[in-house]
Amino acid sequence: MAFRLKLVPQDTKIDFFRWQFLTFGISSAMIVLSVVFLVMFGLNFGIDFKGGTTIRTESTQEVDVGAYREALQPLGLGDVAISQVFDPTFGPDQNVAQVRISAQDGVESVTPETINAVEAALKEVDSSITFPSVESVGPKVSGELINTAIYAVLASLAAISVYIWLRFEWQFSIGAIVSLVHDVVITMGVFALFQIKFDLATVAALLTIVGYSINDTVVVFDRLRENLMKYKKRALRDVMNLSVNETLSRTVMTSGTTLVALIALLVLGGDVIRGFVFAITFGIVIGTYSSIYVAKNVVLWLGVKRDWSKKDPKEAAFPGAEAP
Amino acid sequence: MLQIDRWKRILIIGICVLGLAYAMPNLFYERVEAHNDAVATVEKTGVSTPELEAAEAGWPGWLPNGLVNLGLDLRGGAHLLAEVRVSEVYKSRMDALWPDLRRALADERATIGTIRRVQSSEGTLKIEIGNPDQMARAVEIARGFSDPVASLTGAGQSSLDINADGNAMTIQLSEAEKVATDDRTIQQSLEIIRRRVDEVGTREPTIMRQGTDRILIQVPGIGSAEELKALIGTTAKLTFNPVAGTGSDPDAPVDVGQVVLPDAEQEGVYYTIEETPVVSGEELNDALPSTDQNGQPSVDFRFNPTGARKFGAYTSANVGQPFAIVLDDQVISAPVIRQAITTGSGQISGSMTFDEANQLAILLRAGALPAELTFLEERTVGPELGQDSIDAGKIASMVGFVAVIVLMVLSYGKFGVFASIALAINMGLIFGVLSMIGATLTLPGIAGIVLTIGMAVDANVLVFERIREELRTARGPARAIELGYEKAMSAIVDANITTLIIAAILFALGSGPVKGFAVTLSIGIVTSVFTALWVTRLMTVTWFERARPRQIEV
Repeated sequence: MAFRLKLVPQDTKIDFFRWQFLTFGISSAMIVLSVVFLVMFGLNFGIDFKGGTTIRTESTQEVDVGAYREALQPLGLGDVAISQVFDPTFGPDQNVAQVRISAQDGVESVTPETINAVEAALKEVDSSITFPSVESVGPKVSGELINTAIYAVLASLAAISVYIWLRFEWQFSIGAIVSLVHDVVITMGVFALFQIKFDLATVAALLTIVGYSINDTVVVFDRLRENLMKYKKRALRDVMNLSVNETLSRTVMTSGTTLVALIALLVLGGDVIRGFVFAITFGIVIGTYSSIYVAKNVVLWLGVKRDWSKKDPKEAAFPGAEAP
Repeated sequence: MLQIDRWKRILIIGICVLGLAYAMPNLFYERVEAHNDAVATVEKTGVSTPELEAAEAGWPGWLPNGLVNLGLDLRGGAHLLAEVRVSEVYKSRMDALWPDLRRALADERATIGTIRRVQSSEGTLKIEIGNPDQMARAVEIARGFSDPVASLTGAGQSSLDINADGNAMTIQLSEAEKVATDDRTIQQSLEIIRRRVDEVGTREPTIMRQGTDRILIQVPGIGSAEELKALIGTTAKLTFNPVAGTGSDPDAPVDVGQVVLPDAEQEGVYYTIEETPVVSGEELNDALPSTDQNGQPSVDFRFNPTGARKFGAYTSANVGQPFAIVLDDQVISAPVIRQAITTGSGQISGSMTFDEANQLAILLRAGALPAELTFLEERTVGPELGQDSIDAGKIASMVGFVAVIVLMVLSYGKFGVFASIALAINMGLIFGVLSMIGATLTLPGIAGIVLTIGMAVDANVLVFERIREELRTARGPARAIELGYEKAMSAIVDANITTLIIAAILFALGSGPVKGFAVTLSIGIVTSVFTALWVTRLMTVTWFERARPRQIEV
């Protein structure tokens, strides 16, 4: 009949465990590197987590970061970071910069006087400057926001592991959690490496990644569960390979459509949510990888009770090791 | 067999039509908004003008008129998170208790001896008495001022904690009473903030209690957080106090119960005034901006009956004496009483602009905040930035949408077309549900929708891939389609429930924009499962019944 776009050949027989030590090595290396980056560079926390003020400026004239800095120098505000923002969606006379002032000692949120002084000083430099957004978070709230963010990530991991455990087996649950932690840590590592702003929206993005990655993993698990009942005698490793191959075209297709939509947002969605969208986009890629190469490998190593008439779940463990 | 009951078909189509009908007003956002505003104004004021009628006629009344609220990051506006200093109220409660307690103790001076209030930590009242051996009696009198706490958790406890130690007794609010007081303080603050914000008449402000002692205020359309702070942050404590003297020394010696306050306008002018006010702002009935006899901006006010009576009695007894109008510890004017003012109305004038007069009138009308506010977080978003974000989001969604459709149609042909139609309906349903429940769309919310565009086809992809597989085992197209839907079901359910769990956690723990993202994400999950499973199935089955193909290709 008609032409069909086939991203994946109809029948694939890829042995996904063939390179399992390589992929395992890559995954471990990426996690270790991410932790190293996190420790070495730290995350570039936004004001949500650090407290402080950001002022977005917009002007018809070119942004002169040096002049801005000089203008703010006499105000004695402590740590002031000024960065120009570039974006393909900006018009030719749209020059945007971000001024970040760290939290002031002993003040919950920045006083109107401080903001007025900053705005007046910048107006001196460039009379056409406007301030489309001003945000200020006090240190008290920012501390709580960090806690809330950590709780959110932990709570979602816990909730998912319980759900998977109830619907599948505990081995699947552990496999899923390992792959989720893998995704979250590596994404955070990338944020640390490139010093992308890490704020509340980024945490939302991390949770979305968790949601997407688990979605992907569950589809593979679901097929695995089905095949385990169908092929009672086959080695676990073979059944796993079969399951991933069977769901491969779906995995690629869904990741494809999601990525296509997200890349559109990444390019055209404006700079305000770029960090957020970048986190999700990166996470979709790593999440797809982990559902193929991480989650079920863990399940394979843990082994799954195959025959419920026998008592010993260890019997079916490590069948891959026995295969020639 | 491939069959869908007639009533199910009607239900599926009905839900789609209903959802799309609710989504439709968003296509005519400005007209519907003008219509809704006009209806609200007419309802509130009872008066209709030609302009309002024109705005009302801009959208037919019988059509749904719910709109997706645009969040502050899209519409522009101000966001404040305020902490109410609830413990301030403890101090004022203790200070208010002192005069009454002193009177009660003084009646028994013969047994208790001298009574003296001594310095103690804030929120406590420490009293020393002359005869320490009579402490039990003094405590008993103080206990008479204690009431049982009227809250559920504090039942059985009394409102005051009284500790006797030697010749001193320390009184403070009990823990249960503190909790009850905090609650009242927050409620009252909420109410006053709401009234102050309503006075300026912006659209749909969010004023919400958060946690034990915080209030979240979000006002779309207001210029800046500063403006909002100026409006709600002022305590506006208005009192009318007797004046004991005038001078230029801020540290002038005063008697007990007197304070020195500065003049609001003239630098270097200080008044010594009696601390106990004659009348206070709570006894005001109304305040309106007006002009004084010189045409300068001023504020007219009127007392309620008790206030008017007190004010009348004081002014008639003190003709020729000055009295001070004190606003937030500043003397805004200190006129001399020329005659008794028994009408219960008066005027505050001074050098102020019309805007300031209006502001003051608003503050006076709304009453004083029970405790001061500390602002923990403030955000201002300009309307242009919001518009830019909406435009960028629109373009990105369009491009993403078209790209996904192309990918789907190329991959699954006719079935891809079905899935694409379902995706379009899905978008409509998301907006329909958002409008119906009056949810707020934020910038991350738009990202949530774009993510849904990508992920919504997942259920269809699962089904289609499954149908392909079933076709390979050659059971005939009808059976393959049926099995495809059946077998894909458990994966779809598991996959979406886990995502829904994440969305629920995001909603519970997130704030502001993150919450908005969680809302669109979860609505998107529910509608996409509905459209992917039922709408495409209905399309497939309808097509199948008409075409009766011997072979199908997915």
